[in-house]
Amino acid sequence: MARKDDILVEVKNLKKYFPITRGIIFQRHVGDIKAVDGVSFFIRRGETLGLVGESGCGKTTTGRTILQLYRPTAGEVFFEGQNLCEMKGEKLRRMRKKMQMIFQDPYASLNPRMTVGNIIGEPLEVHNIAKGKEKMERVQELLRIVGLNPYFINRYPHEFSGGQRQRIGIARALALNPSFIICDEPISSLDVSIQAQIMNLLEDLQEKFGLTYLFIAHDLAVVRHVSDRVAVMYLGKLVELTDRDTLYREPLHPYTKALLSAVPIPDPFVEEKRERIILVGDVPSPANPPSGCRFHTRCPLVMDICKEEEPEFRDVGGEHWVACHRV
Amino acid sequence: MGRLLEVKGLTTRFYTQDGVVHAVNGVSFHVDEGETLGIVGESGCGKSVTVLSCMRLIPQPPGKIVAGEVLFNGRDLLKVSEDEIRQVRGNKIAMIFQDPMTSLNPVLTIGRQISEALELHLGMTREQARKRSIELLKMVGIPEAEKRIDDYPHQFSGGMRQRAMIAMALSCNPQLLIADEPTTFLDVTIQAQIIDIVKRLKKELGMTVIWITHDLGIIAGIADRVIVMYAGYLVEEAPVKELYGDPRHPYTIGLLGSVPRLDEERKERLTSIEGLPPDQINMPPGCPFAPRCAYAIERCLEENPSLRTVAPHHKIACWVDLKSGQVSKSAS
Repeated sequence: MARKDDILVEVKNLKKYFPITRGIIFQRHVGDIKAVDGVSFFIRRGETLGLVGESGCGKTTTGRTILQLYRPTAGEVFFEGQNLCEMKGEKLRRMRKKMQMIFQDPYASLNPRMTVGNIIGEPLEVHNIAKGKEKMERVQELLRIVGLNPYFINRYPHEFSGGQRQRIGIARALALNPSFIICDEPISSLDVSIQAQIMNLLEDLQEKFGLTYLFIAHDLAVVRHVSDRVAVMYLGKLVELTDRDTLYREPLHPYTKALLSAVPIPDPFVEEKRERIILVGDVPSPANPPSGCRFHTRCPLVMDICKEEEPEFRDVGGEHWVACHRV
Repeated sequence: MGRLLEVKGLTTRFYTQDGVVHAVNGVSFHVDEGETLGIVGESGCGKSVTVLSCMRLIPQPPGKIVAGEVLFNGRDLLKVSEDEIRQVRGNKIAMIFQDPMTSLNPVLTIGRQISEALELHLGMTREQARKRSIELLKMVGIPEAEKRIDDYPHQFSGGMRQRAMIAMALSCNPQLLIADEPTTFLDVTIQAQIIDIVKRLKKELGMTVIWITHDLGIIAGIADRVIVMYAGYLVEEAPVKELYGDPRHPYTIGLLGSVPRLDEERKERLTSIEGLPPDQINMPPGCPFAPRCAYAIERCLEENPSLRTVAPHHKIACWVDLKSGQVSKSAS
């Protein structure tokens, strides 16, 4: 159970813009894709914060920017109280031992020309933690921890299934004994029955090693299962953040409500009685987000002020943050 | 209500360098007029190959439909001539696919692609086809249809492309619409829009639908009857409420238990199915699910069970009756 004041990661007004250029010889900066546009939240030691939203909302970019895989355009990221954005070179590299990532595509995130042993062992070598026999022993231990046969150490990624490759990715993330792992859609490319295996594994590992997770996903039912608190993103901004049970039982933001109502429930008796909130239209482009509240173009409860003024992301009580003029 | 489609013993194999892939193994099912049949299963179970085989869209080689009948309006589609099947495809039976970007021609306007079927199958003139295409785009909820009809696929969003695909599929008033994972690549709010459109059109046009997906939530909301596939075999068939309320095949039970539900109390631990699906080149003898099955007995590893009826309209391919704990003696 996470202590109330033990904050491991804190993100303050994080922004990541990707420039849009035009012209072949002389590239003019004509605009920006505002992928992450002012996001603030914290994660306590030992908890799992779910970050949910549809494609293009900026959740993956948020994860990568926190780890400084992209350098932020603005804002700050504090890890154990230290500002990662001000670090570079060796100092930042040493911090990387404590924060790792598990990627979405188990086919693209493993080097096909490296053996499993080398993939998992590479971090140990790079950070001078173990070499040779000691490294191999540690790798075998990690394979066992993620439920793979240590005998596989000399096999290549193509010899494994998607779920097994994802386990290899998890073993690699654990190699340096991190305290914080960002799971970026770790199960969405896996079959349903394998998803459950990996979810159970991630939960077991969290308990065993006292890990803190940022769990990024678009599947709301999955996020609910693994998270303690959940944040909802839309077009580069957070619209709601609260503890898991409150979000799913009493969501406040119209987008959260629509999102929840859109998720199919594997029960025909429930489905036939459900009232769906069907949103009209498509998600606007992050290169040209709507004025005021970004959700106003699709919001069933839109008012005049929503088109002009951006609502503040504020705590409305009990650590329940919402950005909506209606609340 | 007549029987629109009847598939009997469909068997499709792929002859590859690594060996023969047993993609579809003796699958039999039917679809009645006006109903929605859901085909559910994980990747590689043969659900797409099954319907592609019915439409003779499997490249031969390396594929080969080695056995079976596909009776549509009484005629066996596997035996009719190339000309005759071409008159069925896009006309009487229409399909929408998973990735609208790869199934739409990027160098033709949306309008041209919809008109093509109208001119070809219904003999319309260019102007008539254009008018009807605009109507169809409006029907699937594309705003400013008169302008958007001249757009290219890349100018449409994912959800809009899928709606354009639906418009194309419905253009000739097909008797049967086959939807193969049409919402897998779409966001959940867009998915809800697409499902809503299909449901509405089904009601208005009295369409018969086959909906293929791995998503048990979608099936629960859209299907009347469901078949569950595993490793190319049909393992369970039941009306939708029966399937979810009283699943009898261990694979179906495992699958339903491994899906987290938004509306239930959060379970402490999800039941997962251990192990992996079988290698469909070297299929083990016996039931394909036996190696992963918690209830497998010796017979399961030796003999592949055939479908038997366990309740009205409810069939499973399993030797063990989980309800009574009895083992099936006969192979009925």
